[in-house]
Amino acid sequence: MRNKNFCWLLLLPALLFSTAIFAQDNGASESLMRSNGKIYVVVAICVTILLGLFLYVVSIDKKIGKIEKDNL
Amino acid sequence: MRKSWWKILTAVLLLYTFTAGFLIKVPNVGNLKETIRNLFFHVPMWFGQIILLTISLIYSIWYLRKPDLKYDIYAETFARTGILMGILGLITGSIWATYTWGEPWSNDPKQIGVAIALLIYFAYLVLRNAVPDIDKRAKVSAVYNIFAYFIYLPLIMILPRLVESLHPGGKGVQGNPGLNGADLDATMRLVFWPAVIGWTLLGTWISTLNIRINLIRDKNLLNAE
Repeated sequence: MRNKNFCWLLLLPALLFSTAIFAQDNGASESLMRSNGKIYVVVAICVTILLGLFLYVVSIDKKIGKIEKDNL
Repeated sequence: MRKSWWKILTAVLLLYTFTAGFLIKVPNVGNLKETIRNLFFHVPMWFGQIILLTISLIYSIWYLRKPDLKYDIYAETFARTGILMGILGLITGSIWATYTWGEPWSNDPKQIGVAIALLIYFAYLVLRNAVPDIDKRAKVSAVYNIFAYFIYLPLIMILPRLVESLHPGGKGVQGNPGLNGADLDATMRLVFWPAVIGWTLLGTWISTLNIRINLIRDKNLLNAE
């Protein structure tokens, strides 16, 4: 597979977000999630949806790349 | 992944939009309250939509200059993604309108204009499927696509400015119908323009995926020339 590293690059922001947002043992993060009318919860959900969609598009992209290799 | 740098850029820009868009401080304008944040989602998606349809237009012109079926595939695919974004824009706009203008459909000139424009573009797809001969289809739909684009722009850019409109920039109101200068402060611009680029790139990405599928599907036709 070409550019195997790419997937990890995309996962990097995901990891950053999840450590910043879901660190339950960290009191500061806990209060961050509940501050400002819990708007950060909405952010976390929207970012998760967006990341899921991106991963899906990337997987389609790779699949097409494979088919191209065989067909063109 | 082919040419992955701009795809990473797409992800970064949209992730930025979806975090900063919810978190930055926004000005209090009229009865918009927090819904002014739709300016980071609904409006940039329309900007991206117009850019995608412009790309489609360019490929249609290109096809008429140099009849290569490849350009026909490009034009069709970008138009399809543009139509998808147009439908999403109409739905998101209606949701926004329900809570700021009081009803999902208030016969606002821009709403009507966009609805007509979408029907014109639907007809583009119908027209394509109605012509069995491939070369004729490509030529006729290229001509039609150019027509559709130049009726679309006046419908959403010019007509809403000439009459009274609920959208910003109507008759008697200063500014651009897409974004009113006074409503968009400096911090909002910092999210708005990256969002425009992000939505445009995402649309381009999805379009290129479909183009690649079509190129494989039609490779016998393409190689036959």
